[in-house]
Amino acid sequence: MTLATSTPNNKDNNLLPMSKQLSYRRAFSLVLKRDLTIALRHRDDIINPLLFFVIVITLFPLGIGPEANTLSRIAPGIIWVAALLATLLSLDRLFKADFTDGSLEQMLLSPHPIFILVLAKITAHWLITGLPLILMAPLLAVLLHLDENSYGALIITLFLGTPVLSLLGAIGVALTVGIKKGGVLLSLLVLPLYIPVLIFATSAIDTAALGLPYSGQLAIIAALFFGSLTLAPFAVGAALKVSTN
Amino acid sequence: MTPSTTPKASLLLSAKNLTCIRQDRLLFDALSFDVFAGDIIQVEGPNGSGKTSLLRILTGLSQPYEGQVLFQSTATHNKENLQAITRYREEYQQNLLYFGHLSGIKGEMTVEENLSFNIALHGDNTDGQAQALTNVNLMGFEDNLASNLSAGQHRRTALARLYQSNAPIWILDEPFTAIDKQGVSDLEALFLAHAQRGGCIILTTHQDLSALANTQLKKITLDYSNDIAFD
Repeated sequence: MTLATSTPNNKDNNLLPMSKQLSYRRAFSLVLKRDLTIALRHRDDIINPLLFFVIVITLFPLGIGPEANTLSRIAPGIIWVAALLATLLSLDRLFKADFTDGSLEQMLLSPHPIFILVLAKITAHWLITGLPLILMAPLLAVLLHLDENSYGALIITLFLGTPVLSLLGAIGVALTVGIKKGGVLLSLLVLPLYIPVLIFATSAIDTAALGLPYSGQLAIIAALFFGSLTLAPFAVGAALKVSTN
Repeated sequence: MTPSTTPKASLLLSAKNLTCIRQDRLLFDALSFDVFAGDIIQVEGPNGSGKTSLLRILTGLSQPYEGQVLFQSTATHNKENLQAITRYREEYQQNLLYFGHLSGIKGEMTVEENLSFNIALHGDNTDGQAQALTNVNLMGFEDNLASNLSAGQHRRTALARLYQSNAPIWILDEPFTAIDKQGVSDLEALFLAHAQRGGCIILTTHQDLSALANTQLKKITLDYSNDIAFD
């Protein structure tokens, strides 16, 4: 090995932390880019929840029979329950790997505020798991004979609802990440929080099938979305501090 | 209790009456010490004596059972500039570099991607990162996935961040693990340079710090009997 120069590289002798480059946008895009890079190189994270979603939904027509009326009656519920369970299945990876390899504690010690880093991680999680589900859902809805009036409502509820699943799920993961076998506990913590989203989303899709306005249900899901978007990152940050203590 | 120091050195970090209890066992009790600019402090003690617990308390990752950690705040204009790290957490973290047991290196990313993420995450300048890779002897490996590296190279990838850091307070938990002899002496030289720039280093290691032994090296010894001794 060549003898390395022993002096640090920033030779300006400036140890003032003022020279740090801190900005919310930079921190957000940094973590988002990293998580997406890792997910694209480790494709299981994307494929597993999506495959689960597809398999569950395709099994229902086989199990129940191909009768169109029955299927179209239960289609909204099946698609949403499958989306919910697929998200739950993928939640564990949100912080687990970072916790075990120590990058989580580095994030907690970074001078960037933790909520912005957490928000970036949750956004990445949604792009990896939520977005593919939304893109896949209309195709699967055909299999279930979803009423043709309901497609718009299905897509809109998924667009507003799946981010809520990621955001609320992140709180549960952050609380259980330090526990060796936190899987069951995670489901118990998170599933009750998912129920309002499930109820209003399926209700919106059902209402759309009857040709009635469903903006009321959408407004509630949107409220859940913005509420969790603004509050969940802080809760996750606090929970992570407890989990790494 | 204060380690002797040059009179003009400024106080960077101060531990007051730290008590740590883990699994109903008292690891240390009423531990107080000051860390000045230019100090290199080695925390010593057998396995399980609480070295890592002490370092994590100093970073703010863990809370002490009793006592508090204060740091020299530049932002507040109080007469008393020493502030609790829990109160001004973000400012303290701008002053801090912590290197733990776990390297935080992602196997799915290349050496270069890992390094630039680690540097940027802490708000440091990524411009000199090629030089930092040369310093840790990883030039030529920059496009390798970190999962294909040896244990030592893995550690070096994480340690490369030290060369780019502007933080005055370095807290390093076993930085020499899996590092070869040449690497250890390079790191010791880096530590000396950092101390001479007005930084401070608190580290644990079971190695003899030969290059540092005659200079500023101070020791904090933790041991089972709960007697805390200072040199």
